[in-house]
Amino acid sequence: MRALALRFLVVAVLVGAWELLPRAAIVNANFLTPASVVADSLWRQIASGEIDRHVLVSLERILYGLGLSVIIGVPLGLATGSFKTFDGAVDAPLQAGRQVSAIALFPVFILFFGIGEMSKVMIILWASVWPVILNTTAGVKGIDPILIRSARSMNAKGVTLFRKVILPAAAPSIFTGIRLGAAYAFMVLVAAEMIGANAGLGFLVLHSQEIFKIPEMYAAIVALALLGLAFNKLLLLIEHSATAWRDAAGH
Amino acid sequence: MYFSGNGAVEQSLRIDKLTKRYAVKDAAGPIVALDAISLTVGKGEFIAILGPSGCGKSTLLHIIAGLVSADGSVVAHGKTVAGPGFDRGLVFQDYALFPWRTVLENVAFGLEIKKVPANAREPIAREHIAAVGLAGFEHRYPSQLSGGMKQRAAIARALAYDPEVLLMDEPFAALDAQCREILQGELLRIWEKTGKTVVFVTHSIEEAVFLAQRVVVMTARPGRIKQVVDIDLPAGRAAGDVRSSPQFAALRHLIWELLAEEVDKTAEGFLARPAPEARTRRSLFGLLSAAVSREGG
Repeated sequence: MRALALRFLVVAVLVGAWELLPRAAIVNANFLTPASVVADSLWRQIASGEIDRHVLVSLERILYGLGLSVIIGVPLGLATGSFKTFDGAVDAPLQAGRQVSAIALFPVFILFFGIGEMSKVMIILWASVWPVILNTTAGVKGIDPILIRSARSMNAKGVTLFRKVILPAAAPSIFTGIRLGAAYAFMVLVAAEMIGANAGLGFLVLHSQEIFKIPEMYAAIVALALLGLAFNKLLLLIEHSATAWRDAAGH
Repeated sequence: MYFSGNGAVEQSLRIDKLTKRYAVKDAAGPIVALDAISLTVGKGEFIAILGPSGCGKSTLLHIIAGLVSADGSVVAHGKTVAGPGFDRGLVFQDYALFPWRTVLENVAFGLEIKKVPANAREPIAREHIAAVGLAGFEHRYPSQLSGGMKQRAAIARALAYDPEVLLMDEPFAALDAQCREILQGELLRIWEKTGKTVVFVTHSIEEAVFLAQRVVVMTARPGRIKQVVDIDLPAGRAAGDVRSSPQFAALRHLIWELLAEEVDKTAEGFLARPAPEARTRRSLFGLLSAAVSREGG
Protein backbone atom coordinates (compact mmCIF):
# COMPACT_ATOMS: atom_id res chain seq x y z
CA MET A 1 0.00 0.00 0.00
CA ARG A 2 2.79 2.41 0.95
CA ALA A 3 4.75 1.32 -2.12
CA LEU A 4 1.75 2.18 -4.27
CA ALA A 5 1.39 5.58 -2.63
CA LEU A 6 5.08 6.26 -3.19
CA ARG A 7 4.82 5.34 -6.86
CA PHE A 8 1.86 7.65 -7.26
CA LEU A 9 3.75 10.43 -5.49
CA VAL A 10 6.76 10.15 -7.81
CA VAL A 11 4.55 10.34 -10.90
CA ALA A 12 2.62 13.30 -9.42
CA VAL A 13 5.86 15.22 -8.71
CA LEU A 14 7.17 14.63 -12.24
CA VAL A 15 3.92 15.61 -13.94
CA GLY A 16 3.60 18.57 -11.56
CA ALA A 17 7.06 19.81 -12.51
CA TRP A 18 6.21 19.38 -16.19
CA GLU A 19 3.11 21.48 -15.64
CA LEU A 20 4.62 24.17 -13.41
CA LEU A 21 8.05 24.79 -14.96
CA PRO A 22 6.66 26.27 -18.22
CA ARG A 23 3.75 27.96 -16.41
CA ALA A 24 6.10 29.70 -13.99
CA ALA A 25 8.20 30.71 -17.01
CA ILE A 26 11.23 28.92 -15.58
CA VAL A 27 11.33 27.04 -18.89
CA ASN A 28 10.24 28.67 -22.14
CA ALA A 29 6.62 27.51 -22.66
CA ASN A 30 7.18 27.64 -26.42
CA PHE A 31 9.68 24.82 -26.04
CA LEU A 32 8.04 22.85 -23.23
CA THR A 33 4.28 22.69 -23.37
CA PRO A 34 2.64 22.23 -19.94
CA ALA A 35 1.40 18.70 -19.26
CA SER A 36 -2.26 19.67 -19.21
CA VAL A 37 -2.03 21.30 -22.63
CA VAL A 38 -0.28 18.21 -24.04
CA ALA A 39 -2.96 15.98 -22.53
CA ASP A 40 -5.64 18.19 -24.03
CA SER A 41 -3.98 18.10 -27.45
CA LEU A 42 -3.61 14.32 -27.31
CA TRP A 43 -7.22 13.92 -26.25
CA ARG A 44 -8.46 16.14 -29.11
CA GLN A 45 -6.42 14.16 -31.65
CA ILE A 46 -7.78 10.89 -30.28
CA ALA A 47 -11.36 12.16 -30.18
CA SER A 48 -11.20 13.54 -33.72
CA GLY A 49 -9.57 10.32 -34.97
CA GLU A 50 -6.68 12.32 -36.44
CA ILE A 51 -4.11 10.23 -34.63
CA ASP A 52 -5.59 6.84 -35.61
CA ARG A 53 -3.90 6.79 -39.00
CA HIS A 54 -0.48 7.43 -37.43
CA VAL A 55 -0.95 4.85 -34.67
CA LEU A 56 -2.11 2.20 -37.14
CA VAL A 57 0.74 2.83 -39.58
CA SER A 58 3.33 2.67 -36.77
CA LEU A 59 1.78 -0.45 -35.30
CA GLU A 60 1.74 -2.14 -38.69
CA ARG A 61 5.45 -1.48 -39.18
CA ILE A 62 6.20 -2.84 -35.69
CA LEU A 63 4.12 -5.96 -36.30
CA TYR A 64 5.77 -6.72 -39.63
CA GLY A 65 9.29 -5.99 -38.37
CA LEU A 66 8.93 -7.80 -35.05
CA GLY A 67 6.94 -10.62 -36.65
CA LEU A 68 9.78 -11.26 -39.10
CA SER A 69 12.24 -11.10 -36.19
CA VAL A 70 10.36 -13.87 -34.42
CA ILE A 71 10.02 -15.96 -37.59
CA ILE A 72 13.73 -15.63 -38.32
CA GLY A 73 15.18 -15.26 -34.83
CA VAL A 74 13.47 -18.11 -32.96
CA PRO A 75 14.42 -20.94 -35.38
CA LEU A 76 17.92 -19.49 -35.73
CA GLY A 77 18.30 -19.27 -31.96
CA LEU A 78 16.96 -22.81 -31.52
CA ALA A 79 19.55 -24.01 -34.02
CA THR A 80 22.49 -22.13 -32.48
CA GLY A 81 21.42 -23.27 -29.03
CA SER A 82 21.09 -26.91 -30.03
CA PHE A 83 23.94 -27.54 -32.45
CA LYS A 84 27.43 -26.68 -31.28
CA THR A 85 28.94 -26.81 -34.76
CA PHE A 86 26.31 -24.49 -36.18
CA ASP A 87 26.71 -22.15 -33.21
CA GLY A 88 30.47 -22.01 -33.78
CA ALA A 89 30.02 -21.39 -37.49
CA VAL A 90 27.60 -18.48 -37.19
CA ASP A 91 28.85 -16.97 -33.94
CA ALA A 92 31.21 -14.43 -35.54
CA PRO A 93 28.69 -12.93 -37.99
CA LEU A 94 26.03 -12.85 -35.27
CA GLN A 95 28.31 -11.06 -32.82
CA ALA A 96 29.37 -8.60 -35.51
CA GLY A 97 25.84 -8.10 -36.79
CA ARG A 98 24.38 -7.12 -33.45
CA GLN A 99 27.06 -4.46 -33.07
CA VAL A 100 26.00 -2.75 -36.30
CA SER A 101 23.50 -0.04 -35.46
CA ALA A 102 20.21 -0.39 -37.29
CA ILE A 103 20.16 3.38 -37.79
CA ALA A 104 23.58 3.25 -39.47
CA LEU A 105 22.16 0.69 -41.89
CA PHE A 106 19.11 2.78 -42.77
CA PRO A 107 20.80 4.45 -45.78
CA VAL A 108 21.78 0.97 -46.99
CA PHE A 109 18.21 -0.28 -46.66
CA ILE A 110 16.94 2.81 -48.53
CA LEU A 111 19.47 2.10 -51.27
CA PHE A 112 18.18 -1.43 -51.65
CA PHE A 113 14.49 -1.13 -50.83
CA GLY A 114 13.72 2.50 -51.58
CA ILE A 115 12.12 4.92 -49.18
CA GLY A 116 8.83 2.98 -48.81
CA GLU A 117 7.58 0.53 -46.19
CA MET A 118 10.12 -2.17 -46.95
CA SER A 119 13.13 -0.24 -45.70
CA LYS A 120 11.25 0.68 -42.50
CA VAL A 121 10.30 -2.91 -41.81
CA MET A 122 13.90 -3.94 -42.48
CA ILE A 123 15.36 -1.48 -40.01
CA ILE A 124 12.92 -2.66 -37.34
CA LEU A 125 13.77 -6.26 -38.19
CA TRP A 126 17.48 -5.53 -37.89
CA ALA A 127 17.09 -3.84 -34.54
CA SER A 128 14.78 -6.42 -32.97
CA VAL A 129 16.10 -9.71 -34.30
CA TRP A 130 19.30 -9.79 -32.20
CA PRO A 131 17.75 -10.03 -28.75
CA VAL A 132 15.34 -12.67 -30.09
CA ILE A 133 18.21 -14.79 -31.43
CA LEU A 134 20.45 -14.33 -28.41
CA ASN A 135 17.76 -15.01 -25.81
CA THR A 136 16.48 -18.05 -27.69
CA THR A 137 20.03 -19.40 -27.88
CA ALA A 138 20.58 -18.77 -24.19
CA GLY A 139 17.21 -20.33 -23.39
CA VAL A 140 18.07 -23.53 -25.23
CA LYS A 141 21.56 -23.71 -23.77
CA GLY A 142 20.11 -23.24 -20.29
CA ILE A 143 17.75 -26.22 -20.49
CA ASP A 144 18.44 -28.73 -17.75
CA PRO A 145 20.08 -31.62 -19.66
CA ILE A 146 18.24 -34.10 -17.46
CA LEU A 147 14.96 -33.02 -19.09
CA ILE A 148 16.38 -33.87 -22.51
CA ARG A 149 17.70 -37.18 -21.21
CA SER A 150 14.35 -37.94 -19.63
CA ALA A 151 12.51 -37.19 -22.88
CA ARG A 152 15.01 -39.23 -24.87
CA SER A 153 14.55 -42.18 -22.51
CA MET A 154 10.89 -42.06 -23.56
CA ASN A 155 11.92 -42.27 -27.20
CA ALA A 156 11.39 -38.59 -28.01
CA LYS A 157 13.70 -37.41 -30.78
CA GLY A 158 14.06 -34.99 -33.68
CA VAL A 159 11.19 -32.60 -34.31
CA THR A 160 9.11 -34.09 -31.49
CA LEU A 161 11.89 -33.42 -28.99
CA PHE A 162 12.09 -29.83 -30.25
CA ARG A 163 8.37 -29.23 -30.15
CA LYS A 164 7.56 -30.98 -26.89
CA VAL A 165 10.65 -30.27 -24.80
CA ILE A 166 13.15 -27.75 -26.17
CA LEU A 167 10.61 -25.14 -27.26
CA PRO A 168 8.51 -25.10 -24.06
CA ALA A 169 11.61 -25.27 -21.88
CA ALA A 170 13.16 -22.29 -23.66
CA ALA A 171 9.86 -20.39 -23.95
CA PRO A 172 10.36 -18.04 -20.97
CA SER A 173 13.71 -16.91 -22.35
CA ILE A 174 12.31 -16.59 -25.89
CA PHE A 175 9.54 -14.33 -24.62
CA THR A 176 12.07 -12.14 -22.82
CA GLY A 177 13.93 -11.82 -26.13
CA ILE A 178 10.76 -10.84 -27.97
CA ARG A 179 9.91 -8.16 -25.41
CA LEU A 180 13.44 -6.75 -25.60
CA GLY A 181 13.17 -6.86 -29.39
CA ALA A 182 9.89 -4.93 -29.20
CA ALA A 183 11.54 -2.19 -27.14
CA TYR A 184 14.32 -1.84 -29.73
CA ALA A 185 11.70 -1.91 -32.50
CA PHE A 186 9.93 1.10 -31.04
CA MET A 187 13.22 3.00 -30.75
CA VAL A 188 14.20 2.60 -34.37
CA LEU A 189 10.62 3.00 -35.59
CA VAL A 190 10.75 6.68 -34.69
CA ALA A 191 14.03 7.19 -36.53
CA ALA A 192 12.71 5.33 -39.58
CA GLU A 193 9.54 7.40 -39.64
CA MET A 194 11.48 10.63 -39.50
CA ILE A 195 12.99 9.89 -42.91
CA GLY A 196 10.76 9.68 -45.93
CA ALA A 197 7.46 8.97 -44.25
CA ASN A 198 4.14 10.78 -44.47
CA ALA A 199 2.43 8.91 -41.65
CA GLY A 200 3.26 7.27 -38.33
CA LEU A 201 3.88 8.61 -34.85
CA GLY A 202 7.56 9.28 -35.57
CA PHE A 203 6.55 11.31 -38.60
CA LEU A 204 3.99 13.16 -36.46
CA VAL A 205 6.66 14.13 -33.91
CA LEU A 206 9.02 15.59 -36.51
CA HIS A 207 6.29 17.10 -38.68
CA SER A 208 4.63 18.85 -35.70
CA GLN A 209 7.98 20.31 -34.72
CA GLU A 210 8.63 21.53 -38.28
CA ILE A 211 5.31 23.38 -38.46
CA PHE A 212 5.83 24.50 -34.89
CA LYS A 213 2.81 22.70 -33.40
CA ILE A 214 4.72 22.01 -30.18
CA PRO A 215 1.74 20.66 -28.12
CA GLU A 216 1.02 18.20 -30.96
CA MET A 217 4.69 17.19 -31.00
CA TYR A 218 4.62 16.38 -27.28
CA ALA A 219 1.27 14.64 -27.71
CA ALA A 220 2.82 12.38 -30.37
CA ILE A 221 5.79 11.63 -28.09
CA VAL A 222 3.42 10.71 -25.25
CA ALA A 223 1.36 8.60 -27.68
CA LEU A 224 4.55 6.73 -28.67
CA ALA A 225 5.36 6.02 -25.04
CA LEU A 226 1.80 4.85 -24.32
CA LEU A 227 1.79 2.64 -27.42
CA GLY A 228 5.10 1.09 -26.37
CA LEU A 229 3.79 0.44 -22.87
CA ALA A 230 0.56 -1.07 -24.18
CA PHE A 231 2.47 -3.27 -26.61
CA ASN A 232 4.75 -4.53 -23.85
CA LYS A 233 1.71 -5.25 -21.69
CA LEU A 234 0.13 -7.21 -24.54
CA LEU A 235 3.30 -9.26 -24.96
CA LEU A 236 3.37 -9.90 -21.21
CA LEU A 237 -0.23 -11.14 -21.35
CA ILE A 238 0.61 -13.53 -24.19
CA GLU A 239 3.71 -14.65 -22.31
CA HIS A 240 1.76 -15.35 -19.11
CA SER A 241 -0.90 -17.35 -20.87
CA ALA A 242 1.74 -19.34 -22.76
CA THR A 243 3.85 -20.04 -19.68
CA ALA A 244 1.09 -20.26 -17.06
CA TRP A 245 3.04 -23.01 -15.29
CA ARG A 246 5.50 -20.40 -14.03
CA ASP A 247 2.79 -18.52 -12.18
CA ALA A 248 1.86 -21.79 -10.48
CA ALA A 249 5.36 -21.90 -9.04
CA GLY A 250 4.93 -18.43 -7.61
CA HIS A 251 7.54 -16.80 -9.84
CA MET B 1 9.14 -64.91 -9.50
CA TYR B 2 12.39 -65.66 -7.73
CA PHE B 3 15.34 -65.86 -10.05
CA SER B 4 17.88 -68.57 -9.44
CA GLY B 5 20.46 -67.41 -11.93
CA ASN B 6 20.58 -70.68 -13.82
CA GLY B 7 18.69 -69.38 -16.84
CA ALA B 8 15.58 -71.45 -16.15
CA VAL B 9 13.57 -68.27 -15.76
CA GLU B 10 12.87 -66.08 -18.80
CA GLN B 11 15.49 -63.42 -19.29
CA SER B 12 14.67 -59.75 -19.22
CA LEU B 13 18.14 -58.27 -19.64
CA ARG B 14 21.39 -59.83 -20.66
CA ILE B 15 24.41 -57.63 -20.19
CA ASP B 16 27.55 -58.98 -21.77
CA LYS B 17 31.10 -57.67 -21.18
CA LEU B 18 29.99 -54.07 -20.99
CA THR B 19 32.94 -51.68 -20.94
CA LYS B 20 32.75 -47.91 -20.90
CA ARG B 21 35.78 -45.68 -21.40
CA TYR B 22 35.75 -41.91 -21.21
CA ALA B 23 38.32 -39.79 -22.96
CA VAL B 24 39.41 -37.19 -20.42
CA LYS B 25 41.49 -34.12 -21.16
CA ASP B 26 44.89 -33.99 -19.47
CA ALA B 27 44.69 -37.69 -18.63
CA ALA B 28 47.24 -40.14 -19.99
CA GLY B 29 44.62 -42.47 -21.37
CA PRO B 30 40.87 -42.93 -21.30
CA ILE B 31 39.24 -43.44 -17.92
CA VAL B 32 37.61 -46.82 -17.58
CA ALA B 33 34.24 -46.28 -15.93
CA LEU B 34 32.89 -49.79 -16.39
CA ASP B 35 35.03 -52.84 -16.94
CA ALA B 36 33.55 -55.97 -18.50
CA ILE B 37 30.24 -56.02 -16.68
CA SER B 38 28.25 -59.17 -17.36
CA LEU B 39 24.91 -59.73 -15.71
CA THR B 40 21.65 -61.45 -16.45
CA VAL B 41 18.38 -60.22 -15.03
CA GLY B 42 15.35 -62.48 -15.01
CA LYS B 43 11.88 -61.39 -16.01
CA GLY B 44 10.09 -59.88 -13.04
CA GLU B 45 13.22 -59.79 -10.95
CA PHE B 46 14.11 -56.91 -8.66
CA ILE B 47 17.83 -56.28 -8.56
CA ALA B 48 19.76 -53.52 -6.87
CA ILE B 49 23.08 -52.21 -8.06
CA LEU B 50 25.12 -50.96 -5.14
CA GLY B 51 28.49 -49.31 -5.20
CA PRO B 52 30.64 -46.43 -4.03
CA SER B 53 30.10 -43.15 -5.82
CA GLY B 54 31.95 -42.91 -9.09
CA CYS B 55 31.77 -46.67 -9.67
CA GLY B 56 29.74 -46.10 -12.81
CA LYS B 57 26.48 -47.58 -11.57
CA SER B 58 24.42 -44.72 -12.98
CA THR B 59 26.36 -44.96 -16.25
CA LEU B 60 25.50 -48.66 -16.35
CA LEU B 61 21.82 -47.81 -15.96
CA HIS B 62 21.97 -45.17 -18.68
CA ILE B 63 23.66 -47.66 -21.01
CA ILE B 64 20.83 -50.13 -20.38
CA ALA B 65 18.38 -47.29 -21.05
CA GLY B 66 20.08 -46.72 -24.41
CA LEU B 67 21.11 -43.14 -23.61
CA VAL B 68 24.84 -43.87 -23.47
CA SER B 69 26.80 -46.11 -25.80
CA ALA B 70 29.43 -48.57 -24.65
CA ASP B 71 31.48 -51.55 -25.79
CA GLY B 72 29.87 -54.92 -25.22
CA SER B 73 26.19 -55.61 -25.53
CA VAL B 74 22.91 -55.26 -23.72
CA VAL B 75 20.09 -57.48 -24.87
CA ALA B 76 16.67 -56.46 -23.61
CA HIS B 77 13.85 -58.93 -24.22
CA GLY B 78 15.66 -60.62 -27.03
CA LYS B 79 16.67 -57.43 -28.83
CA THR B 80 20.08 -55.78 -28.72
CA VAL B 81 19.81 -52.29 -27.25
CA ALA B 82 20.82 -49.63 -29.78
CA GLY B 83 18.97 -46.71 -28.24
CA PRO B 84 16.08 -45.80 -25.96
CA GLY B 85 12.91 -47.84 -26.25
CA PHE B 86 9.47 -48.18 -24.72
CA ASP B 87 10.44 -51.57 -23.28
CA ARG B 88 12.59 -49.74 -20.71
CA GLY B 89 11.44 -46.93 -18.40
CA LEU B 90 13.95 -44.69 -16.64
CA VAL B 91 13.37 -42.92 -13.32
CA PHE B 92 15.86 -40.24 -12.26
CA GLN B 93 17.01 -39.09 -8.84
CA ASP B 94 16.02 -35.50 -9.67
CA TYR B 95 12.58 -36.58 -10.97
CA ALA B 96 13.20 -34.88 -14.35
CA LEU B 97 9.54 -33.90 -14.63
CA PHE B 98 8.70 -31.28 -17.25
CA PRO B 99 7.89 -28.14 -15.23
CA TRP B 100 5.54 -26.78 -17.91
CA ARG B 101 3.37 -29.88 -17.80
CA THR B 102 0.86 -30.84 -15.12
CA VAL B 103 1.13 -34.24 -13.44
CA LEU B 104 -1.42 -35.59 -15.91
CA GLU B 105 0.44 -34.16 -18.90
CA ASN B 106 3.78 -35.41 -17.57
CA VAL B 107 2.47 -38.92 -17.11
CA ALA B 108 0.94 -38.82 -20.60
CA PHE B 109 4.24 -37.75 -22.21
CA GLY B 110 5.48 -41.24 -23.06
CA LEU B 111 2.01 -42.13 -24.36
CA GLU B 112 2.12 -39.14 -26.71
CA ILE B 113 5.50 -40.23 -28.05
CA LYS B 114 4.21 -43.81 -28.32
CA LYS B 115 1.36 -42.37 -30.44
CA VAL B 116 -1.39 -43.66 -28.18
CA PRO B 117 -4.61 -41.96 -29.42
CA ALA B 118 -5.41 -38.76 -27.53
CA ASN B 119 -8.67 -40.00 -26.02
CA ALA B 120 -7.01 -43.16 -24.69
CA ARG B 121 -4.13 -41.30 -23.03
CA GLU B 122 -6.00 -39.62 -20.20
CA PRO B 123 -7.60 -42.75 -18.69
CA ILE B 124 -4.26 -44.58 -18.82
CA ALA B 125 -2.45 -41.64 -17.22
CA ARG B 126 -5.10 -41.27 -14.53
CA GLU B 127 -4.92 -44.97 -13.72
CA HIS B 128 -1.16 -44.76 -13.14
CA ILE B 129 -1.45 -41.54 -11.17
CA ALA B 130 -3.95 -43.26 -8.89
CA ALA B 131 -1.65 -46.30 -8.61
CA VAL B 132 1.14 -44.17 -7.15
CA GLY B 133 -1.29 -42.43 -4.77
CA LEU B 134 -1.47 -39.08 -6.55
CA ALA B 135 -5.17 -39.08 -7.40
CA GLY B 136 -6.49 -35.55 -6.99
CA PHE B 137 -3.18 -33.98 -7.98
CA GLU B 138 -3.56 -34.50 -11.74
CA HIS B 139 -3.67 -30.82 -12.53
CA ARG B 140 -0.84 -29.69 -10.26
CA TYR B 141 2.43 -28.54 -11.76
CA PRO B 142 5.65 -30.19 -10.49
CA SER B 143 6.59 -26.96 -8.68
CA GLN B 144 3.47 -27.41 -6.55
CA LEU B 145 4.47 -30.88 -5.36
CA SER B 146 6.76 -32.12 -2.59
CA GLY B 147 9.84 -34.18 -3.48
CA GLY B 148 8.08 -37.43 -2.66
CA MET B 149 5.07 -36.51 -4.77
CA LYS B 150 7.32 -35.53 -7.66
CA GLN B 151 9.02 -38.92 -7.54
CA ARG B 152 5.62 -40.64 -7.42
CA ALA B 153 4.66 -38.70 -10.55
CA ALA B 154 7.94 -39.65 -12.23
CA ILE B 155 7.36 -43.33 -11.42
CA ALA B 156 3.82 -43.08 -12.82
CA ARG B 157 5.24 -41.46 -15.95
CA ALA B 158 7.72 -44.31 -16.45
CA LEU B 159 5.05 -46.96 -15.83
CA ALA B 160 2.37 -45.35 -17.99
CA TYR B 161 3.77 -46.51 -21.33
CA ASP B 162 4.08 -50.01 -19.89
CA PRO B 163 7.80 -50.80 -20.15
CA GLU B 164 8.93 -54.27 -19.23
CA VAL B 165 11.85 -53.02 -17.17
CA LEU B 166 11.90 -50.13 -14.74
CA LEU B 167 15.39 -48.63 -14.49
CA MET B 168 15.71 -46.49 -11.35
CA ASP B 169 18.69 -44.22 -10.76
CA GLU B 170 18.87 -43.53 -7.01
CA PRO B 171 15.23 -42.45 -7.12
CA PHE B 172 14.81 -41.91 -3.38
CA ALA B 173 18.24 -40.47 -2.55
CA ALA B 174 17.00 -36.89 -2.42
CA LEU B 175 14.05 -37.65 -0.14
CA ASP B 176 13.92 -37.49 3.65
CA ALA B 177 14.17 -40.77 5.55
CA GLN B 178 10.47 -41.14 6.30
CA CYS B 179 9.37 -40.36 2.78
CA ARG B 180 12.00 -42.75 1.45
CA GLU B 181 10.69 -45.65 3.55
CA ILE B 182 7.12 -45.01 2.45
CA LEU B 183 8.08 -44.91 -1.20
CA GLN B 184 10.23 -48.04 -0.85
CA GLY B 185 7.17 -49.87 0.48
CA GLU B 186 5.01 -48.49 -2.33
CA LEU B 187 7.55 -49.46 -4.94
CA LEU B 188 7.55 -53.05 -3.67
CA ARG B 189 3.77 -53.04 -3.77
CA ILE B 190 3.76 -51.77 -7.36
CA TRP B 191 6.44 -54.26 -8.34
CA GLU B 192 4.51 -57.17 -6.83
CA LYS B 193 1.34 -56.01 -8.55
CA THR B 194 2.77 -55.30 -12.00
CA GLY B 195 5.47 -57.96 -12.16
CA LYS B 196 7.86 -55.53 -13.83
CA THR B 197 11.56 -56.20 -13.86
CA VAL B 198 13.30 -53.55 -11.74
CA VAL B 199 16.94 -52.50 -11.88
CA PHE B 200 17.48 -50.17 -8.94
CA VAL B 201 20.70 -48.20 -8.51
CA THR B 202 21.43 -47.02 -5.00
CA HIS B 203 24.27 -46.26 -2.63
CA SER B 204 22.24 -47.26 0.42
CA ILE B 205 22.88 -50.79 1.68
CA GLU B 206 19.64 -50.81 3.67
CA GLU B 207 17.64 -49.80 0.64
CA ALA B 208 19.26 -52.44 -1.56
CA VAL B 209 18.72 -55.23 1.00
CA PHE B 210 15.17 -54.15 1.71
CA LEU B 211 14.07 -53.89 -1.91
CA ALA B 212 15.99 -56.32 -4.01
CA GLN B 213 16.07 -60.06 -4.58
CA ARG B 214 19.68 -59.80 -5.60
CA VAL B 215 22.18 -57.09 -4.78
CA VAL B 216 24.97 -56.48 -7.28
CA VAL B 217 27.90 -54.99 -5.36
CA MET B 218 30.27 -53.03 -7.57
CA THR B 219 33.91 -52.12 -7.11
CA ALA B 220 35.30 -48.61 -7.10
CA ARG B 221 36.57 -47.26 -10.42
CA PRO B 222 36.91 -49.04 -12.72
CA GLY B 223 33.44 -50.37 -12.01
CA ARG B 224 33.37 -54.14 -11.95
CA ILE B 225 30.95 -56.55 -10.35
CA LYS B 226 32.51 -57.51 -7.05
CA GLN B 227 29.85 -59.91 -5.91
CA VAL B 228 26.19 -60.67 -6.42
CA VAL B 229 24.41 -61.31 -3.14
CA ASP B 230 21.14 -63.25 -3.05
CA ILE B 231 18.66 -61.71 -0.65
CA ASP B 232 16.57 -64.58 0.65
CA LEU B 233 14.35 -62.69 3.03
CA PRO B 234 10.82 -63.94 3.71
CA ALA B 235 8.16 -63.11 1.15
CA GLY B 236 5.68 -60.30 1.65
CA ARG B 237 8.45 -58.06 2.84
CA ALA B 238 6.46 -54.95 2.14
CA ALA B 239 4.17 -55.73 5.06
CA GLY B 240 6.35 -56.83 7.96
CA ASP B 241 9.14 -55.11 9.84
CA VAL B 242 11.77 -57.01 7.93
CA ARG B 243 14.41 -54.39 8.62
CA SER B 244 14.59 -55.49 12.27
CA SER B 245 15.07 -59.19 11.54
CA PRO B 246 18.41 -60.90 12.21
CA GLN B 247 18.60 -62.06 8.56
CA PHE B 248 18.34 -58.48 7.41
CA ALA B 249 21.13 -57.43 9.77
CA ALA B 250 23.33 -60.31 8.61
CA LEU B 251 22.86 -59.44 4.94
CA ARG B 252 23.47 -55.79 5.59
CA HIS B 253 26.66 -56.62 7.43
CA LEU B 254 27.86 -58.93 4.65
CA ILE B 255 27.34 -56.26 2.02
CA TRP B 256 28.77 -53.61 4.30
CA GLU B 257 32.02 -55.53 4.49
CA LEU B 258 32.14 -55.93 0.72
CA LEU B 259 31.48 -52.27 0.19
CA ALA B 260 33.78 -50.95 2.92
CA GLU B 261 36.83 -52.16 1.02
CA GLU B 262 35.68 -50.29 -2.03
CA VAL B 263 34.85 -47.10 -0.19
CA ASP B 264 38.38 -47.13 1.25
CA LYS B 265 39.75 -47.15 -2.27
CA THR B 266 37.80 -44.08 -3.23
CA ALA B 267 38.36 -42.32 0.09
CA GLU B 268 42.13 -42.23 -0.53
CA GLY B 269 44.64 -41.13 2.08
CA PHE B 270 42.96 -38.29 3.93
CA LEU B 271 39.97 -40.33 4.97
CA ALA B 272 41.71 -43.20 6.70
CA ARG B 273 39.67 -46.20 7.61
CA PRO B 274 38.89 -46.21 11.33
CA ALA B 275 40.19 -48.93 13.64
CA PRO B 276 38.03 -52.09 13.50
CA GLU B 277 36.38 -51.55 16.89
CA ALA B 278 35.43 -48.00 15.94
CA ARG B 279 33.88 -49.09 12.68
CA THR B 280 30.20 -48.48 13.06
CA ARG B 281 27.60 -48.21 10.38
CA ARG B 282 27.73 -44.49 10.82
CA SER B 283 31.39 -44.33 9.92
CA LEU B 284 30.73 -46.13 6.67
CA PHE B 285 27.96 -43.76 5.81
CA GLY B 286 30.27 -40.91 6.75
CA LEU B 287 32.80 -42.22 4.29
CA LEU B 288 30.14 -42.79 1.69
CA SER B 289 28.75 -39.33 2.01
CA ALA B 290 32.23 -37.84 1.98
CA ALA B 291 32.90 -39.73 -1.21
CA VAL B 292 29.57 -38.59 -2.58
CA SER B 293 30.18 -34.94 -1.83
CA ARG B 294 33.73 -35.13 -3.10
CA GLU B 295 32.80 -36.61 -6.42
CA GLY B 296 29.47 -34.90 -6.77
CA GLY B 297 27.52 -38.16 -6.71
